[in-house]
Amino acid sequence: MNSSRPPVPLLAWRPMAGILFRQIVLYRRSVPRWMEIFYWPLLDLLVWGFLTLYLKKIPSFMPSAVTSLLGALLLWDLLYRAQQGISVMFLEEIWSKNLIHLLIAPITPFHVVGGAVLSSIVKVLLSSSVAAFLAYLLFSFRIFSLGLHLFFFILALLMMGWALGILTTAVILRFGQEAEVLAWGVIFLFQPFSAVFNPVSVLPQVAADISRAVPASYVFEGMRSVLVHGRLPVGDLMMAFLLDFLYAAVALFVYSRVITRARQKGFHLKLGS
Amino acid sequence: MALGEIPEVLLAQEVRKRYTKDGPWAVDGINLVLRRGEVVSIVGPNGAGKSTLIQMMLGLLVPDSGSIRIFGTDMATGRRKVAHRINYASTDLSLPYSLTVRENLMAYALIYNMSNIRERIEKVLVALNLEPFRDVRVGRLSTGQVARMGIAKALINDPELLFLDEPTATLDPEVSAQLRGTLQGMVRDRNMTLLYTSHNMREVERFSDRLYLMNRGRLVAEGTVPALMTRFDTEDLEALFLQMVQRERESDE
Repeated sequence: MNSSRPPVPLLAWRPMAGILFRQIVLYRRSVPRWMEIFYWPLLDLLVWGFLTLYLKKIPSFMPSAVTSLLGALLLWDLLYRAQQGISVMFLEEIWSKNLIHLLIAPITPFHVVGGAVLSSIVKVLLSSSVAAFLAYLLFSFRIFSLGLHLFFFILALLMMGWALGILTTAVILRFGQEAEVLAWGVIFLFQPFSAVFNPVSVLPQVAADISRAVPASYVFEGMRSVLVHGRLPVGDLMMAFLLDFLYAAVALFVYSRVITRARQKGFHLKLGS
Repeated sequence: MALGEIPEVLLAQEVRKRYTKDGPWAVDGINLVLRRGEVVSIVGPNGAGKSTLIQMMLGLLVPDSGSIRIFGTDMATGRRKVAHRINYASTDLSLPYSLTVRENLMAYALIYNMSNIRERIEKVLVALNLEPFRDVRVGRLSTGQVARMGIAKALINDPELLFLDEPTATLDPEVSAQLRGTLQGMVRDRNMTLLYTSHNMREVERFSDRLYLMNRGRLVAEGTVPALMTRFDTEDLEALFLQMVQRERESDE
């Protein structure tokens, strides 16, 4: 009997490792899941890569602006994978009727989020590394030309992706599997305002105002600034992180409220049935 | 030791729950106690409120009023303090099909923050006769093996209180008997407490020290199987169950 065993500590690593372990085994065995990680980034890379080859031949286009398209694509994909990594992991628990096992385990919802974040890091690393290698091999684009700034760009985008992933998870938990399409679609709501392929300055005023509240817009503006002008607007990057923390706080608040409400109303018990 | 002297593992007091503001009570004023080393069954027709009650015991739902205390901790507010000492298996739940038996157990041993994981997994595999299937994916197991796998997962943390929701519903009589034997051995050897739901009245008769009869959210009778059969003047539990449902229906009319 284990009555002497203490409760699972709040910062215990094993529960998060358990969630990560399951994800790694799931992915190791599944060709469709590997395709999810590599197929779409590869297709996007080819389409945009060929476009940059064409644009480079047009004399009025600045070569650095053209190549920044590929940088934008790689970073956008990273943001997308970060968000999807969290939401899809949660959906996998629902699909495999496994969610209740996790909810009765001696862990907090934040252990689950921690495990999801770890698995998202692994997936993003795999996907982005392959995409970055292919971008260099096929189109001679070196993402590492962004230097040390790249680390901060990646971190800011990962944080935004995770926050949106947690928020999407909360919405799915609240409204059921009818809302699962959000796992794939929610990030695209932010794309027009993220200044991924174009500067904020070309947006209509309303869209430009909205983009100021989107962390990714500061990252993509910063990336272009580094690639084209060779300098980083530090203030913009700080703003990205500030907004990231705000997004994360809102996402975690909503997530914990939904969990509390679920325990009162029981809507989580119908998921996957 | 007299029954009252055996430590309480679970104490439910005046527990009520409904899912909508003006809807019917799914659980209506339940009082219930489980003591260490007991096998207790909750039986009742579909919709009696058994699942809602168990979900509250597990901390998946919070009662609208009343309280459920496990090892002295209120499950509505302190679930995490005792969750490592309990576990649950149900035929309604599953485990990822593309993981093997051992991988699933490994994942849950980690999630339950267990140490000596390999040793624990082997013990559980032996207890449930699952050693030959340790490297077989759950998706390739038979229905009966999947049910045993679910119970193996529920035993991974060496629980002191185990909830089993119709664990033998998908098993043939021989495997059911084996499983009952395994569980009885664990209750006897390790003083585990077992709360059990089943629609198989013969099984409940053989297996339970005590049982609670539930209907329409309320407990309608409680006691040992022989005491209840004497009280209701029936020859077996199935007849008692049918009589109880009939009485409730007539009282409503």
